[in-house]
Formats: sequence, structure tokens, C-alpha cells
Amino acid sequence: MPELLLELFSEEIPARMQRKAAEDLQRLVTGALVDAGLHYEGAKAFATPRRLALTVTGVPARSAATREERKGPKVGAPDAAIQGFLRSAGLASIEEAHVHADPKKGDFYVAVIEKAGRETTEILAEAIPAIIRSFPWPKSMHWGTGRLQWVRPLQSILCTFGPETEDPEIVRFEVDGIRSGNVTRGHRFMAPAPFEVRRFDDYVEKLEKAKVVLDADRRRDIILHDARERAFALGLELVEDAGLLDEVAGLVEWPVVLTGTFEEEFLAIPPEVIRATIRANQKCFVLRQPGSTALANRFILVSNIEARDGGVAIAAGNGRVIRARLSDAKFFYDTDRRATLESRLPKFDAIVFHEKLGTQRERIDRIVALASEIAPLVGADVAKAREAAELAKLDLVTEMVGEFPELQGLMGRYYATAEGKDPSVAAAIEDHYKPQGPSDRVPTDPVAIAVALADKLDTLAGFWAIDEKPTGSKDPYALRRAALGVIRIVLESGLRLRLRALISSGGRVLGRNDGASGDIAADLVSFFHERLKVQLRDSGARHDLVDAVLAAGMAGAAQDDLVDIVRRVEALGAFLATEDGANLLAGYRRAANILKAEEKGGERFDGAIDPALFVAPEENALAAALERALAGAESAVEREDYAVAMTALAALRAPVDAFFDKVLVNADDPAVRANRLRMLAAFRQATQAVADFSKVGG
Amino acid sequence: MSEAHSHDLPPHMRPERSFQGLILALQRFWADKGCVILQPYDMEVGAGTFHPATTMRALGPKPWNAAYVQPSRRPKDGRYGENPNRFQHYYQFQVILKPNPPNLQELYLESLAAIGIDMSLHDIRFVEDDWESPTLGAWGLGWECWCDGMEVSQFTYFQQVAGIECFPVSGELTYGLERLAMYLQGVDNGYELNFNGREGAEKVTYGDVFKQAEEEYSRHNFEYADTEMLKRHFEDAERECRMLLEAGKPEPGANDQRQKMVLPAYDQCIKASHRFNLLDARGVISVPERQSYILRVRELAKACGAAWLQTEAGGKEG
Repeated sequence: MPELLLELFSEEIPARMQRKAAEDLQRLVTGALVDAGLHYEGAKAFATPRRLALTVTGVPARSAATREERKGPKVGAPDAAIQGFLRSAGLASIEEAHVHADPKKGDFYVAVIEKAGRETTEILAEAIPAIIRSFPWPKSMHWGTGRLQWVRPLQSILCTFGPETEDPEIVRFEVDGIRSGNVTRGHRFMAPAPFEVRRFDDYVEKLEKAKVVLDADRRRDIILHDARERAFALGLELVEDAGLLDEVAGLVEWPVVLTGTFEEEFLAIPPEVIRATIRANQKCFVLRQPGSTALANRFILVSNIEARDGGVAIAAGNGRVIRARLSDAKFFYDTDRRATLESRLPKFDAIVFHEKLGTQRERIDRIVALASEIAPLVGADVAKAREAAELAKLDLVTEMVGEFPELQGLMGRYYATAEGKDPSVAAAIEDHYKPQGPSDRVPTDPVAIAVALADKLDTLAGFWAIDEKPTGSKDPYALRRAALGVIRIVLESGLRLRLRALISSGGRVLGRNDGASGDIAADLVSFFHERLKVQLRDSGARHDLVDAVLAAGMAGAAQDDLVDIVRRVEALGAFLATEDGANLLAGYRRAANILKAEEKGGERFDGAIDPALFVAPEENALAAALERALAGAESAVEREDYAVAMTALAALRAPVDAFFDKVLVNADDPAVRANRLRMLAAFRQATQAVADFSKVGG
Repeated sequence: MSEAHSHDLPPHMRPERSFQGLILALQRFWADKGCVILQPYDMEVGAGTFHPATTMRALGPKPWNAAYVQPSRRPKDGRYGENPNRFQHYYQFQVILKPNPPNLQELYLESLAAIGIDMSLHDIRFVEDDWESPTLGAWGLGWECWCDGMEVSQFTYFQQVAGIECFPVSGELTYGLERLAMYLQGVDNGYELNFNGREGAEKVTYGDVFKQAEEEYSRHNFEYADTEMLKRHFEDAERECRMLLEAGKPEPGANDQRQKMVLPAYDQCIKASHRFNLLDARGVISVPERQSYILRVRELAKACGAAWLQTEAGGKEG
């Protein structure tokens, strides 16, 4: 079967956009084929800095003819109906429609819409220009005097279609003056001459000869392999960096891995700084001593050409730039350490954190107050937590963080250490920003925990107070991440905190402890519940169980102790997985359904059970079991021993089953009947001790 | 570096040995490609883009090809002459081609060859860089051009200038001359650049010409510039700009409906922008104020751009 080859050749496409663009090209072209009734066997798209390419195999040479009958209005229907029918069926006049005889309901019109099969090349020549014109680049541009938009100027289009056995033909079309053809170019510097291409295998082979590796994954593999080998040859280890690797693979068509050197004296700069400098500015990899975090004074660079001198000049040039950058970094590092972190505090008076939330200085003061309050609750030394909170943000105005914002916190730690600050205070400066994402480390030292929680809760309480909550996909202040950070810190250290009180404190230090703060705190707690559900679901827990636990609780309880909530969820999950649990849930549902029907009229059955009205022995047995189970469950819940609470409830299974087996709730005597309903209500109530079983799904 | 393109020059004129030789080589190259070679604009600007030969000429339908050196002042970048890579005054070589020729990338690479960069020895790369000037209400897409990892030029296709969509699109090339010269001369310290290409007693370095100026202007920019005066001058320039645009408006009903005073008004916009940069360097502008200053300059630039389209060079028929 024939295959399609398409290449869109342009000026350099930003590395970060290449992968998605290749995917989009594949999706749009194959989508257009399928829409035209052309089913294909396989497709694969590629991107290099200068081209998007697509191969689609097993595409029929023609689309099949189609015939569709469309039923229309009755003969003699009002003109408006007839006209509408003509428009929708694409007929010029009603004479073109057939009349179907229907003796019962009356004759009606039928339009027969026949579409002849079309040449695939014709379909492609129509579809591809439309795809090019509306291609979903994140950012696109005009150039010259044209009206076409592309990510950077589009230079040429190659498009061929045909069977493997013959020479494929050019799919001919034109977009904004660019005519499709069968010609492309190789590497910008090493093989710039144009050449003709027939089909995909031929394309890949000729590109390879013209010093272009089409497949980004292969370029990445080549870089990684060669970089490791180079490192090994130097007796060193590559510091791997997947993001950088992807980016570099998008910057070259022909990767050539080289090594370079910088002066050993720069190794006095913190390794993270060296790495950030070399990575951000030069897109080079750093190397380390095997089995150690200490860097070597070598780097790996990826060039786009095989230079005449084997890359000596390129490595030397990159080395010079890196040296200049590192001497800037060293200058920043030395300058920064000439003044203490503390001396920088006044600068924060002039920096606005948020128009409605005051200056950074005010924010620091709030975090200090909140961290001091949290410290005793998490077992941190109050003085240290306070000091760490005072210092935590001060590196933001250092030269180094000005240059490399991603080093915030880390530089503070280095500078605080250099000043001889307590190690846990210094560490807290770095760790208070953590965790940044789902895979980031969570602080474990109590001092860092106190500051990290204070920072995040202040942010959340602040933005809640000014009603800047995340909506849909918009979360410009990363509040979801902040809440998730709080959740992970609390859970991973098993911290028993009442979030609501802390949020209110946050509101208080914010000066927003007015009438609304209660609502704000409650709303923020439900935001935490939402994030907790997401977090638990991601870690495999059933979110209906979270709902069941959140819905239970004593009336008015804040449900703001996350550790407690999670323990309940775990106990509930474990219980429901047992046979007793599953049966008790079935019994609960039966009872709840009966009660629901009975309570429709507004009647309630929460009065005391009257033993004098018992008729069957199963009633006595259930009443006794309920009393025991309730007492057992409540005292266990008080001790937070939810497994025991569940076991206490499990004891209800047999008497509940027996009750439903032998006792007819719907007794003739209304008093007996009401008493039995009260018993079911008591059972329903007893299960509430840990969770609201009505929220359990499945 | 390569001798292919410069071996016929006397040594002191070669772009890889002489800062002025580099400038002359670029001028000769672009003159040869049909550009008018202009001289620097005679006002303090932050970048070559501010020159009306770029901002104004990028607007409207008329073709325009020009190249020039533009001394650029960035008061905040002053380092009292202590940092070998950062200056508050430096040179840009600016090329603007409207509409951009389809082979602009090739022309750019040719210009690198013309200043002695051998593309079979060096790794030239076009790395994504979206350009934006909030004060000029301008943006474009393009690249930083790297030579062996060193950014040596900016390459931009203007999409909008003064808030007005550019059609046809101009291609703008900006060569950072000091960086490029440091690379070509193999010098790590900008002050050690050979300025005149001579050796021994005849040699003049970049430091000989500019080091004292860097020290003095750093003092001025960071410590002594009179902030009250600067604020006043900012407002004067703002007012003057609007007044001139107003006064240059055509009489209603007159035969000639063209604007008559855009360039003098735009000078005031440039002035306001530089006053703002000085105030910023003096550290007396708070974050929200900063935003509002930028906005005010942008409003002037937009008004000038809109007025430019009402002039002859801006494409307005008489």
C-alpha cells in the first residue's frame, strides 16, 4: 500500500516545542485521512531543529465511493421545510430528490447523496495546506510580506505519496507561495545542498548521509551514550539531567559530544551553582568524581558539527564562555558573602509581595510569627524556628539568586552556614521551600517543618483572604502546590496539627481576623480536603472512603487533622476488605434504605429503644450488641484506635443479619414497628463513629 | 580565526585584531548588501532598537534597509569598571531589513564569515529567544545566535512595534560588538580589547578609551544623578512629546493630511525612557511605580508610532 512522506522545513524551531509539534502534525494529518475515509496502517512523526517530518504507511490510493440516503419532508410540505432539506442535502432543486411512496403516512422526499471516491493525493493536497495554516504552535509569527503564520519562517515543503515499488509522486499544493516538492536539504553547515527524496526510508538514509539524525530519541541516545563514554574515559561520572538532554537533542541535527575544561579554582563555588551556571547559560553537562557529589573541572558540550580540527576550537570557545560565567558566579558568591543575610532585611521594605498583601518585609514578619507558633507543635526549638524564618527569604536579594532564581533557599543555606549559623537553621532556609513537586523531598527536621508550614500556610491564608483562589487550570500563585506541600509534610511526619487554628492564626497575623475569617478558614480546610483526596487517590486509596470519613465526624468537628483523617480512611479500607466489613456494609445499606423510605415524610426514629416492645429474641440480641458496639467503638475512636473501633462494629454483623432474617420490621403493631425502626436508626448511628457508610461506593 | 575574508586587509584593520576593524568590516559588508549606513543616533538610548531608523522605520509599508553602530546606555549595568564583562555603555551594531529577505539567516552567516568566523571550525547555533521591549510596546520572535556557546547576536523578526502590527515584517540583527570582539580577539577581559589594531606603543585598548568613563558614569548612575531633577525631566519630556504630536496634527480640511512632527516627539519619548532608566538605577522606583513608568513610556511610543503612519515615510499619501 502507498505511503505518505511530509516534511516541513523551516528556520530553527525552539527545542521545547519540537516534540509536541511532531505529535500535533501526526494527529492532524492522520485525523484528516480518517475523516476522508482513508484508514492507514501506521504513522510516525519526527522533529529536528529545522524540520517536522511525518510518515504514514498503508494509506489507500483512493477513498471509497459513498452513498447516503437522507430522508426529507413529505411531498407537499411547507416551502420552508423543503428549502431547509435542500440546503442540508446540498441539492439545487427538489427535482433532484427522489420521491418515496408511503401509502400509510404519505409520500416523502429522499435525497441520495453520492460521493465518488477521490484520489488520496487530491485529499492530501487539500488537507495539508489547511493544517499548515492553522497549526497549533504555542507562539507563531509572520515574516517578510507573507500572511502565513509559522513558528519561524517556513522555507520549503516536501510531500510525496506512492507505493513502495514505484517512484512516488509529489503531492502538489501551495501555501503562501511555497510549493510542495520532493527536495530537502541536509545539515546547515555540513551538507547544505538540496537533494531529492522519494519516500521515507530513502529520506532517512539520505538525511543521515547529509549529517542529519532525524529521530530525536536517537539523537538523545547518541548524546547520552557518548557523554557517558567521554566521562568514563576521563575517570569521571556524568551528572545526568534528563531535561537538559531533551533540550540539547532539540538544538542539534548532528550531535557531536566534546569535553572541555575550566580552572580548578572555580570548584570553590558550590556545585549547584556551577551546575546551574553551566546548564542555564551554556546547555552543557557537568561531571563528578565517581561516587561523590564533588564536581570535576570538566564539562561535556554537544556541538552541531564535526569540526575540521576535531572540535578543539569549539571546546576552547565554550570553555572560555564557561570561565567567564563562572568568574561572574564566583564574583557573586564572594560579594554576597561580604554582607550578612540579616543586613539585607531592610531591602524587603521596598519589595511588594502582592499589592493587597503588603511588602515582603511584612510577609517575613508574618512567617516569623506563624513559625514561632507552629514550632512547639512540631517539636522544634522556638528560637531556632524563629531565626530560620527571619532568614529564610533574605537570599532573594543576593546577586546569586538574582542571577539564578532556581537557587533560592540553597544560597541562603550556604551563606547562613558561612556565617556560622546553627546547621538546622541553615538547612531550614533551603528546605522551607520544599516540597516543590510530587517528586521533591519533604523536610523532616522540625525547624525546617515549622518554617515550611508557616510559609505555605501564610501564602494560602493570604490569597484566600483576598479571594485569589485557584480556578480551573489557573493557579498563578501555585496554591495547589502549597496545599499539597502542607499535606505531605504533615502526613510524612505524622504531625497532629489542627489546621483550622493555624489558618486562623495566619489570618490574624495578616490582620484579617474580621468576621469573614471563620468562613475563610472553613473554605480553606475544604480546599485541603480536596487536595487530600487527590493525593490519596494518586497513592491508590479510594476517594469515596475519604468522603465517607470526612462526612462522618462529630457534628461541627473541623476535620482538619489530616493524620487522623488518613488513619480513619486506612482503617475503613482495611475493614471493608474483610468479609465482616462487606456484610456489615450490606446490612447498613438495607437498614439505611428502609429508614430512607420511612423518613420521607419527615418522621425521625432517633428516640430511645424501648425493650418492653421487643417481641423476638433477635431484637434483644441486637439491642445488647448495639450498646456494646457503640461503647466499644466510641472509646476506641477516642483512643484513635480505628482498627479496634471497626472490630467493635464488626461484632454487629451477626445480630444484624439475624435481625433481618427473623424479624419483620413492618410489624402490624405501630408501636413495635416504630421501635424496630429506632433500632435500625441506632445501628445506622453506630456506624457513624468512624465513617459515613452512605458515602461508600461500589 | 579564518583568514579567508580578511587577508587582504592590513593587520591593524582586521576584524579579529581590531575593535574598529570589526565595526568597519560589518559596515562594509552590509553596505555591500544595499543597506544605508547610518551614524549613531545622537541621544542616550538603551539599545539600537530605539534609534528611529528602527522603531519608526519598522512601521508602515515602505521598504527600508539600514545598518549602524549605536552606543547604548544601560545605567544599571555599570560596575565601576570592575567587571570585565559588564558595562553601562557599550556598542551595538544594528541591521534592519524591511521586508526581511527570505535568506536573512544566510546573509547573517555570511556576515560572520566576513568578520573572520570559519564555519567549518566553529559551532554556530540559533537558540530560541523571544524578544520583547515593554517600553516600546514591541515584540518579535527569533534567536540568540551562538558561536561556540557564546551569544554573539540577537536575531528578531519584528511582530509588533509601538503597539502596531508590523507588515511587512522587518528582520533585525543586533551584534553585541564587545562580546564579538572579545571572541574574535581571544580576550577574556573587555577592557583589554585592542581598539585600533596597533601593537606596542601605538596600541589603544578598549579600557584606554572607556574605563574611566565606566567608573565616572557608575558613580553618576548609582549615587549622584539628581533624582528629583530626573523625575521632573521625565514629566517634561512626557508633556513635550504629547504637545508636539498635537501641534503636528494636520489642520482639519487641509489638503495635506499628514502628521508634521513625529520625530521630535519621538526624541522626547527616548528622553523619558532614559530618565526612567536612570531613576531605576538610582533605586528610587518601587515595583508598582516601575510598572507605571514603563506604561507611560509605552504610551508615548504608541502615540509616536501611530503618528508615524500618518507621515510620508510612514506610508501616508499626501
